[in-house]
Order: sequence, then structure tokens, then C-alpha cells
Amino acid sequence: MYVAVKGGERAIENAHAWLAEERRGDLAVAELSVAQIREQLRLAVNRVMAEGSLYDPDLAALAIKQARGDLIEAIFLVRAYRTTLPRFGASRPVETGDMACDRRISATFKDAPGGQVLGPTFDYTHRLMDFALAAEGEDAGAGPEVPRGVPTEEPVPHITEFLNRDGMIEREPDGNDEPPDLTRAPLEFPADRPLRLQNLTRGDEGFLLGLAYSTQRGYARSHAFVGELRVGTVAVEMDIPELGFAIEIGEVDLTECETVNQFKGSKTEPPQFTRGYGLVFGMSERKAIAMALVDRALRTRELGEDNLGAPAQDEEFVLAHSDNVQATGFLEHIKLPHYVDFQSELELVRRLRREAALAASAQQAEAVE
Amino acid sequence: MIRRALLKALAVPGYQVPFASREMPMPYGWGTGGVQVSAAVLTPDDRLKVIDQGADDTTNAVSIRKFFERTAQVETTERTADATVIQTRHRIPETELVDGQILVYQVPIPEPLRFLEPRETETRKMHELEEYGLMHVKLYEDIARHGTIATSYAYPVKVENRYVMDPSPIPKFDNPKMRMGAIQLFGAGREQRIYALPPWTDVVSLDFEDHPFDPSKADHPCALCGAEDSYLDEVIVDDAGGRMFVCSDTDFCRARRDAGHRGATGRPAAEGAA
Repeated sequence: MYVAVKGGERAIENAHAWLAEERRGDLAVAELSVAQIREQLRLAVNRVMAEGSLYDPDLAALAIKQARGDLIEAIFLVRAYRTTLPRFGASRPVETGDMACDRRISATFKDAPGGQVLGPTFDYTHRLMDFALAAEGEDAGAGPEVPRGVPTEEPVPHITEFLNRDGMIEREPDGNDEPPDLTRAPLEFPADRPLRLQNLTRGDEGFLLGLAYSTQRGYARSHAFVGELRVGTVAVEMDIPELGFAIEIGEVDLTECETVNQFKGSKTEPPQFTRGYGLVFGMSERKAIAMALVDRALRTRELGEDNLGAPAQDEEFVLAHSDNVQATGFLEHIKLPHYVDFQSELELVRRLRREAALAASAQQAEAVE
Repeated sequence: MIRRALLKALAVPGYQVPFASREMPMPYGWGTGGVQVSAAVLTPDDRLKVIDQGADDTTNAVSIRKFFERTAQVETTERTADATVIQTRHRIPETELVDGQILVYQVPIPEPLRFLEPRETETRKMHELEEYGLMHVKLYEDIARHGTIATSYAYPVKVENRYVMDPSPIPKFDNPKMRMGAIQLFGAGREQRIYALPPWTDVVSLDFEDHPFDPSKADHPCALCGAEDSYLDEVIVDDAGGRMFVCSDTDFCRARRDAGHRGATGRPAAEGAA
């Protein structure tokens, strides 16, 4: 006997309770604190801040805890919170030339004013499991003091500026205008570069990585060099109308990547180096480099290049699919009930099959005659 | 901002108005467009009904109803006739909607031309120029290949002889109901679009003179209430593949059983719900 499915409400409540229990895990193991996540899983926190479009390490750490380590879920939590906040205005463009750099490298020049600074990088670690970490005793006796350079107080010039002086690389407009805000206005095409960059910086790291990689493998190859990659802290300044001047309202950690791309010239532009640009919250090098490559690939139209039809050159394709909160929502919604649509498809397929069978038997009868 | 988009949408029926959709506390794909539209039109005096697949008790309908009970402190109901605002996913209620009611649709892909042309810049141009040849060719090819138009839900309609519009993934059985006395609002959150139909807007399902539109449904009566004219869900009832057909609109089915109608296996509503 059929009884209509009931009890959705109780099922939801029970599922939530079970979820809370699973999140906590084994009660015999100490609970993770938000501060521990913020300090010890900082790269995860960085990613959640970058793709959540909200610079707040404590909130990002809380979101990671609540999301059981699912970073896209954590990004969603941060976004849903962020959208409730009022918007006060736009800051002045941050001056990354004045960044207090923890890390600054160039792949195009062996040395340059400001020097090469490796900083805390995985680059030259050997990827061998460190079982000493599993012993969890590392804090018992503090290790030897780590020698580290003091970030210079002097501005560290951008490497690409040296090329700029010779006219070897395209000039960038100053861009002091307030950029559009895609969290407050619908994304419309064609998009200009500030809007594209805004979309990319909060786009999914994995998606951008794949796209950037595809350009390296020949789908709109752009011959990118990392002109400079810098990681550090910059001041955020905002003009306060009542004061009539700008004041510093805080500091943010950023990763900036400038690529230098070979360019043989087009109908409209002379041969010169061109630029790709990546700027991401926190230490997020993979994302910043990928962003710069994809940015460069998307500049086909403005540089008068041939559009090779590669995915990374396709503005609508890239910008409309980069957002992992949108993507994961639409992807996962297909697990919601679709009885009604499926039922109408069932009826249609049954009817088509019936008609096909009729036609086949009619044909057979004809053949027999 | 959303109310302004709604007014524009009502002024240009069938036209997709871009709006700055926000993140909602539920994921994209769960009805964030519908939720934003409902939130924009609800007033304290409203009575809200939420359905998914025609039913009030599917999990997502329950979840959205609870969300509004908590955040809008609005009264809710399962009775179609008592509701002033109905948020729906994939169905139009069987009971005729009238003046004073608002039907809010959750829309996944608002662009009816999207699967023929993936580019937004192109499809917007096609709407501007009223260039719908691509759609007619698609329908024609369906007939040439299958002998019939092989679209059974989200069946495209033309609004006031101007815009081709996606009715959201309702079964085509529901299409003729779209000419109604209630206001119809469509919200697509992820795609950042709102569109609307004022009462009694002319809505025509696309077809050809020699292949007229056919709002088909399963050729059975409801096993619970015996209705012959309602849209049915097919339910598998045993391991041997036995099946029965029941109304997808749970409120409609309950009301009929309350009024004494019985299908082949029907029981009174109170017992059936136990």
C-alpha cells in the first residue's frame, strides 16, 4: 500500500544533528580551535578568504571548522555572510610597490634592485613524509631561531618597470577609477579587464589552474615568464570624505604575480612584451600565477590577437564558470527531486518507443507481403 | 533593487531583467532566485505556500517554508486557495490561481535559447532582434527525426507575441495554465535574471499548424483520488516493478479525497498521511 512520503521536516532536523556529530568526530580527540586553524592551516584560510572575497582570517577559520574542512563549503559560508555586510565604499588602489615583502622572486632577471627573497616556500622542500610531525611533540622544546630577513622599509620596485622604461613592455593605464563590483551588479558581457580580474581573483583555484595549464600546453599558448612574484603585506587606504584625505584602515597579505609574455605584434600593436596579472588575498601563489596566465589569455580582443578558439581565451566561458559556489550549487542540485521532469521524459520515451515499434512491425508486414 | 527589477519585468513580459543576485543561505540550484523574489514581495499579511514537484512535503519545500517562517514571520499554508504567495519548483498547482495571488517560480536556466546557443551575448541579440529561427528549426528537426516535438518539460512559450520565454522546468502539461489571473514571477538566482507575466498575459506554447502543441500526461487516473485531469507521479511500489500513478499536486489530491473522491487504491486523506 502506497503511503505518500512524509516527515521531511523531522528528517532534515535529524540530518543536521548527525552532521554536527560527524563534524566533532571522536570525542576522545581534543576539539580543534578556530585559532589553531587560523595559525596552522593558514593556506586553507587564505584560499577561503580569496574565493570568499572577504579578508577576515578568523571568520575564514571558523568557516573551515564549520564546513568540516570542505573548502568550497567554507567559501560558501563566507560569501553568504559577506553579502549581508554593508558596503562603505572603495579603498584606494593598494600600492604593491610598497609591499613589505616576505617573498619576492623573478624568473626573468637573475638579480634586480630589492633582490630575490625566497621566503617561506615549499619550492625546494623534498616531498618526504615528515613523521616527526606525527609525533606531535615539536612544540615541546622550541627549535633554533629561524634566520629571516627583515622586510625592507624601502619600496621594492616592480621588475616589469625596468622593461617599461625601455618601452619593451606595454604600458598599463593608471586605473585610479573605482572598479565595478560584481557582487553588487550582475555580470554582463563583454567585460572589461578590471571586472575580469575581479572575477578571476575570486574564481575557483582548480578551475583557473586547469585553464592556465591548458594555455601552457598549446591551447592559446602565451609564452609566459614569471616576471615577478611577490608575497607580503600592504596597507589599505581609504579616502574619508569628512577628513578630506586618505587614512590607513588596515593591512592585508597579498600575493601578486606579473607575467611577461612574448608578443610578436598584431595589426594594432607593435612587437613588445605584454602582461598578465594576478592578485590574490594571502599567500596563494598557485592561484596568482594561474590568474595571470588566464588574464593574459583573455586579453585577445584588446591586443588584436587572433582568437584561436581556445577555452582560456573565451571570456564568457571562463567568467561564467569560474565561480565555485555557483558551480557546486548547480552541479549538486541535480540530487534534488526531479520526479516531475523525469515523469514527463518517461512518457515521451515510452511514446517514441511505441511508435518506433509500430513502424518496425508495419515494415516487417510489408516485407512479408 | 529586486523590486525594481520585478517592476521592469512586469512592464516587459517575458523579457529577462538582469539583477544583482546575492548569495542566499541555501545553495544555488536550491531556489535562490525564487527565495529572493519571494522575500521581495512578501508582506506581513501574506500567507505563503511552498511546493517542490507539486508537493508541500518534499524536503526542499519544507526547508524553504521554514526559512520564511523564521525570517519573514509570515503565515504559511498548504492550501493553494488560501495562499497569497506560492513559491514553486517544477509545477503549477492544479487548482486555478486567481487575482490577488502571486506564483513565484524557481528557475535554473532562464534562457530558452541557451542549449541552442551557449553565448549570452548572442542570445541577447537574438531576443533583441526577435530572431527565433533557431528555435523553430530545432522543433522542426525534432518532428523530422521523431515525428513529434521531443521536449516534455521546460517547453518554450511565446509571450504576447514578442519574447520567447522559458517557463522553468514545469511539465508541458502545465503550459496552458500559464494564462492565469495571478501574477507570475520567475527568479533565476545563479543566472541573475528575473522575468514576469502580469495576469492574463498571452502565453502560447510554440508549435506548428500541422503539429499542434499537445500537453500530454500519463494516461491513468490518480490511484488515490481518481482524478483524471491532474498531472501524475509514477511511484514504484514493489520489487517486481509494480507501479501506481498518483497526483503530483499533494494539496489537490488531499482536497479531493476530503471531498469523498476515491481512486482504485485510495483511502481518506487522514489515513493516507499517517
